Amino acid sequence: MEHMNVTLKKLKDSFPDSIIDTHSFRGDDTAIVKKEHIVKICEFLRDDDDLLYNFMMDLTAVDYLGREPRFEVVYHFYSLKHNRRVRIKAPVPESNCTIDSIVSLWIGADWFEREVYDLYGIVFKGHPNLKRILLYEGFEGHPLRKDYPVKERQPLIGPKN
Amino acid sequence: MSDLKKTLPTEYMVLNMGPSHPVTHGTVKFLVTLDGETIVDFVVDIGYLHRGFEKMCENSTWEQVFPYTDRLNYVPPMINNVGYALAVEKLLGIDVPERNKYIRVIASELSRISDHLTNVAASGLELGAFTAFLYFVEARELVWDMLESLCGARLTSNYVRIGGLKNDLPEDFKDQTTAVFKRCRELWSDVDKLLTKNRIFIDRVRDVGIMPPDEAIAWGFTGPCLRASGVPYDVRKANPYLVYDRMDFEIPIGEKGDNFDRYLVRMEEIIQSMRIVEQALKEIPSGPINVDMPEYRWQSKDDIYNKIESLIFHFKTVTEGIKPPPGEVYFAVEGTNGELGFYLVSDGRGKPYKCRVRPPCFPLTAAMPRMIKGSLIADVVPTFDMINMIGGECDR
Amino acid sequence: MLAELIETIAKIMFIFGVNMGFFTPILGWVERKQSAVMQDRVGANRADIFGFRVIGLLHILADAIKVLTKEDFVPAGANKFFHTLAPFISLTPALVTFAVIPFGGQYEIFGHKVNLVIADLDIGILFIFAFASLATYGTVLAGWSSNNNWSFLGGMRASAQMLSYEVAMGLSIIGVIMVYSSLKLTEIGAMQAEFFRWGIFLQPVGFILFLTCAIAENKRAPFDIPEAESEIVAGYFTEYSSMKFVMFWMGEFLEIVTISGIITTLFFGAWHIPFVSNEMLLSIFGFAGPDGANILTMLINIATFFVKIIFFIWLQMTIRWTLPRFRYDQIMKLGWKILLPLALINIFITGLVLLVK
Repeated sequence: MEHMNVTLKKLKDSFPDSIIDTHSFRGDDTAIVKKEHIVKICEFLRDDDDLLYNFMMDLTAVDYLGREPRFEVVYHFYSLKHNRRVRIKAPVPESNCTIDSIVSLWIGADWFEREVYDLYGIVFKGHPNLKRILLYEGFEGHPLRKDYPVKERQPLIGPKN
Repeated sequence: MSDLKKTLPTEYMVLNMGPSHPVTHGTVKFLVTLDGETIVDFVVDIGYLHRGFEKMCENSTWEQVFPYTDRLNYVPPMINNVGYALAVEKLLGIDVPERNKYIRVIASELSRISDHLTNVAASGLELGAFTAFLYFVEARELVWDMLESLCGARLTSNYVRIGGLKNDLPEDFKDQTTAVFKRCRELWSDVDKLLTKNRIFIDRVRDVGIMPPDEAIAWGFTGPCLRASGVPYDVRKANPYLVYDRMDFEIPIGEKGDNFDRYLVRMEEIIQSMRIVEQALKEIPSGPINVDMPEYRWQSKDDIYNKIESLIFHFKTVTEGIKPPPGEVYFAVEGTNGELGFYLVSDGRGKPYKCRVRPPCFPLTAAMPRMIKGSLIADVVPTFDMINMIGGECDR
Repeated sequence: MLAELIETIAKIMFIFGVNMGFFTPILGWVERKQSAVMQDRVGANRADIFGFRVIGLLHILADAIKVLTKEDFVPAGANKFFHTLAPFISLTPALVTFAVIPFGGQYEIFGHKVNLVIADLDIGILFIFAFASLATYGTVLAGWSSNNNWSFLGGMRASAQMLSYEVAMGLSIIGVIMVYSSLKLTEIGAMQAEFFRWGIFLQPVGFILFLTCAIAENKRAPFDIPEAESEIVAGYFTEYSSMKFVMFWMGEFLEIVTISGIITTLFFGAWHIPFVSNEMLLSIFGFAGPDGANILTMLINIATFFVKIIFFIWLQMTIRWTLPRFRYDQIMKLGWKILLPLALINIFITGLVLLVK
């Protein structure tokens, strides 16, 4: 586990103000960071020679209803060179449900961010084309939020002409 | 020339390809803007097969998620089963018996073979090579017969359990494998002859849909499409799970990252997967297939009916679900299209708090416009086939 | 005069009957069964009458009933007149071209000279090209009049492809015309009595060029981009249903037969059997008297001709079920940059050889 913590240590040293917490549950290195600095941190992860997390593997969010801040945007990165994985989590409060987009760093984040916007309603600032992706335009609400009822029905809509 | 353009104005033609179009198997829509036959703009519209996978999982017990995973990438459902089971086991912190690991490898690789066969066959079909399609469909049927004898179902297998398996290998499985693989290799070499050196096929797929390695990484490519671009990343080699570290197999790498390389990589992976299955069948130890932890894996029906402890455990796990400790894990397996990751969050109760799938073909589909803009409309066909977008997995 | 009229009517009835009554329906069955054999399948075999299935032949009947009872649909916004006209324009040329293809030689029967060709034109080959070009209008009209983007794309592709390949096809034949110094198909056929005077030996390059161009003209795989179902749904006949759809289909099958007929006439010794001259046949059938011998020889010649046609139909079907589809630009490149120069070089070399001789 010694080498695993290189990432977290380096992150802590470089961004002492931005890292809220770190842990390594079941060997998954996790850093909880402030959402204001997410782009800076991601860029550092990608470009620093000791880290080189060049794959943006996954981007999703979790809704912790009843907790403050309510949402967490979760990023999974993978470094091909060092064969390491890291998870970055950025809490997003419901009152200010936005976070900076990382499309400028990984173009592949485009659709992932659209999906999170679609299902959780988290707005990614600076995203080139933030529209619903899995659901249709005109869908009301964001179904993966915990307060969206399982059996909620949506009105039928006709084709738009 | 300028006068001609003034007097004969041309305009772009907008085509709605899909959601029900021969090439968009798996319901996806392309909004194609054409200048003659050349693609000027290309917008991919997905979501036609969105079933709310995550929402369903959040309202099922941990065990009940398995049938849903079958319906992600429905051609190799075993890999989804295995991936989810391994993720939950990582969350629980348990390890499964040796024999179980081997059987899971065999099931995964058989599934991978069936998926690659389907993919190559469908690509051939859509390029007009109908004969190659049916050869590989025959091979796939044989592989599915094997999976059926293993778990009782061809497509929606629902075979793997947390900490165990539904049942052990059938007795004649080894002989069946020998016979099936012999025929599969014959069919493989037939298709190889029909396509790999076929001038028309090569012309259709060579230099089409090129993706350079650095861009492929930026787009989040994994799996055969990434390896075709020349990046040797395979989860089975990078983070070996189960017993892949004991298996002797190669990772084929492409040179240019075009559709022909993707085709070659898939063809070679079929052979490599057969090798893995044969090795695993040779080395498989005897022993139990389930963990001896009644709080996670049900015990045998005999025990449940005859022992009060087993009955109580069974009652608890069925009604309330197993209870992993609070926490979160991410576990990736090598799916047929790339890294199939499961991100699970537990709050200590019997249902997943969050069950996220990292769908491998999602970023591949996102990169379609990048690969296709500027080429001809006919190039949509091989490119879309080779990224192997599966609606069930992409839209979840 | 009356005898000639009867002869012509008989010949028309014969060719029409063979084409429409035999080849067109049977080819639908052949296509299914041959592809099935090639692909390890059984093929269509379910249609039955009182339990008799007759190796799937009854599907011809079932298909006929199906298409005749289907709704004949004209899409909204389509030009109804041209939409209806297009399939007729597609079908007719394929039928008419067979008029100039000889299916036998000339025979003296009961003092009457029988020439086994419906119209023995001096410009037989040109007639074929003239009518083959007309078929282009059918596809273009079908594509344009359907008011559908897919049809339109298919129609544009079809017109571009057929126009390009007509050029190469025309030039690939010129070598044959030079060698036999005739445009009359009966004469060309008659001159191939000797086995080593067959067109395939005198014009091998011309044969390959012509076969390629002819398949492209007929828009069958690997040249089926106008109807490439995985790209543009069904191309120019996307919006056709019922009998009109079948007419395109019949046109395609008839063209297969016609192409096989032209290839047989120009390159494969027409109605002649290799190493067996008609004189030998006549002497073998001497027992039947002069008229009887002539009739028997004629029948043998007709049979030979149709056996050769069937062989080329088989060849075209095999090609169709083996090769994948070209791309639009590749087809154009093949037509203009490879086949056309090759045809020109072929003409040049043929001319040189003839000059040296």
